[in-house]
Amino acid sequence: MGKLTGPMYGILRGNMEFLLFLFRRFLRLLLTILIISTIIFFVIRVIPGDPALVVAGIDASDEDIQAIRARLGTDVPVAVQYGRWLADIVRFDFGESMISGASVNKLIMERFPLTLTLAILGIVLGIIVAIPLGVLSAVHRWSFWDYFGMVYSQMGMAIPSFWLGMILLLVFAVKIPLFPLFGSDSLKNLILPAIALGFARAAVILRLTRAAMVEELSKEYIITARAKGLTNRMIRYKHALRNAMIAVVTVTGIQFGYMLGGAIIVEQVFSLPGLGRLFLYAIYQRDFPLIQGGVVFIAVIFSLVNFAVDIIYSLLNPKIRIS
Amino acid sequence: MPKKRADKRAVKRADSTLEIRDLNVSFIQGEKEANALRGISLSLKRSEVHSLVGESGSGKTVTSTCVMGLLPTPPARINAGEIILGDQDLLLLEEKDRREIRGKDIAMVFQEPARYLNPTLKVGDQITEMLILHLGMEKTEAVERALEILDLVGLKGGKRILDSYPHELSGGMKQRIMIAIAISCNPSFLIADEPTTALDVTLQLQILNLMLSLKNRLDMGILFISHDLRVVHDISDWISVIYAGRIVESASRETLFADPKHPYTKLLFESIPDADKRGKRLQTIPGKVPDAENIPGGCAFHPRCPIAEEICRTSQPETKNLGGNHTAACHFIGKQWKN
Repeated sequence: MGKLTGPMYGILRGNMEFLLFLFRRFLRLLLTILIISTIIFFVIRVIPGDPALVVAGIDASDEDIQAIRARLGTDVPVAVQYGRWLADIVRFDFGESMISGASVNKLIMERFPLTLTLAILGIVLGIIVAIPLGVLSAVHRWSFWDYFGMVYSQMGMAIPSFWLGMILLLVFAVKIPLFPLFGSDSLKNLILPAIALGFARAAVILRLTRAAMVEELSKEYIITARAKGLTNRMIRYKHALRNAMIAVVTVTGIQFGYMLGGAIIVEQVFSLPGLGRLFLYAIYQRDFPLIQGGVVFIAVIFSLVNFAVDIIYSLLNPKIRIS
Repeated sequence: MPKKRADKRAVKRADSTLEIRDLNVSFIQGEKEANALRGISLSLKRSEVHSLVGESGSGKTVTSTCVMGLLPTPPARINAGEIILGDQDLLLLEEKDRREIRGKDIAMVFQEPARYLNPTLKVGDQITEMLILHLGMEKTEAVERALEILDLVGLKGGKRILDSYPHELSGGMKQRIMIAIAISCNPSFLIADEPTTALDVTLQLQILNLMLSLKNRLDMGILFISHDLRVVHDISDWISVIYAGRIVESASRETLFADPKHPYTKLLFESIPDADKRGKRLQTIPGKVPDAENIPGGCAFHPRCPIAEEICRTSQPETKNLGGNHTAACHFIGKQWKN
């Protein structure tokens, strides 16, 4: 093969590097999931008590308990159990709930769309508030908007989401009935929970956006941009913001990952049947297969979000693709 | 294509000099006032390289940022002076008009290209955005023009370079890109703030040669800021030596190198290592440039000067014209001393 030169070489080389980068990140994703599922497996075994006794109750006979152990698969050595567990995970099979008997996958997939919608709404609300306000605060430091942003972010971090949720319900569902008090069948039901959820996220993203923008605006390439005679708008939004977003995207992505694990408290306040509540009740009822499946599911989702964040990050920051 | 550009240029300017007159700038910090520039005057002609030479802290960079209109006020305060381009005083212009001059009529090249280029924008965008903004070009036209400019600054590789990010290029290439950005709108004047200091010696020469050839081809005036007299010798038509915010001596390159008059200039020459001085101990100038906050009374150089007398402590020497626009500010011009 002849030596590649010219523009084609650049394009090919760029894409090969990017594919390699994707591949490496994907391997890391698999490794993360393997480690997490291993930890979960052993943590569950370390918890005192035999799940078979919990299921069987105090009146059960020895035969019943043996039968339940066989059903749960806890009658064989731990090494064998671990092997089965890994084999199950590869097939995405987490068994059945000990309480309802329904498959764990089915239970999770029933609840996931609601949690996903809620998380997307929450993060979008957070971004809509936080990024413009953060940029405004950084560009006009010590102005009204900056002080407003500071007060907001202090409040956002200090106010617990359950309290905000209850106040929102009280004001916008009870006193002024703009939104329904409960239910989860329409988007309208999710607006108030999304606000309760996004409020604190916005505070974090806002602080970060401001700090990142302030830092970028003090860098040397901004002096170049000014020396080029660019307008303030171009300097701020084309030059500084692009660089500031590198840090913001990472943190926003991680926040989004947390929200996908289910917002236990907000779901409780608004009586929404999301993942958070599902897992909460699984813990109350010692429903081990559901807990295990839930934790692995959250870990997978979280890793996938991080994977996506890495890709966006590398698109924003051309330097990262090389390392 | 070239014809069209020539037309634009003809309409655009009648300005053939950039003149700084008696510029006085302070930095205010609380109660303290630091007098960074104390009456700088210099004039820069088209197709001429005028070098401004001095130690760090002497006011070189303040001068260049002030000409660009990039000095943040506050903390800086312009006390007096004019910067004349064509028939207008830049210091009297509104920010909006000032901005239109930046990059288009007066452009700037900085010391460390790695830090002064935007790391997340492709090099091509960093060039074309100026053409689109200042010359109203369409994107495709701007890309065509950017390719021509790359040729001008000696970068082979065309579109591949335009599609690169700064970190994918070497230090010398990055400085060529900085220069490409600066000359993209055919500016009348270019301010080069130590453009070769961050580069290694072989590259320095290439970049200097490039700047000289561009000066001739584009009929640009270059204000070249440096602390290095050797570099200045290779490139300058005219040289001004700055000390503590004042120009102490100004002359054509030939005159200054053959017959320096101010003791500071002489000492600067003696501190250059060269073949003649082999085996001898290299001269250094004792002390350092005073802080702009504590400039000595009289002649600011007197504490370090080998020929200073009582009058130097009390009275600031006037700038005298020694013929042929060779000027120097010293009470004892031409007086010799023994080491």
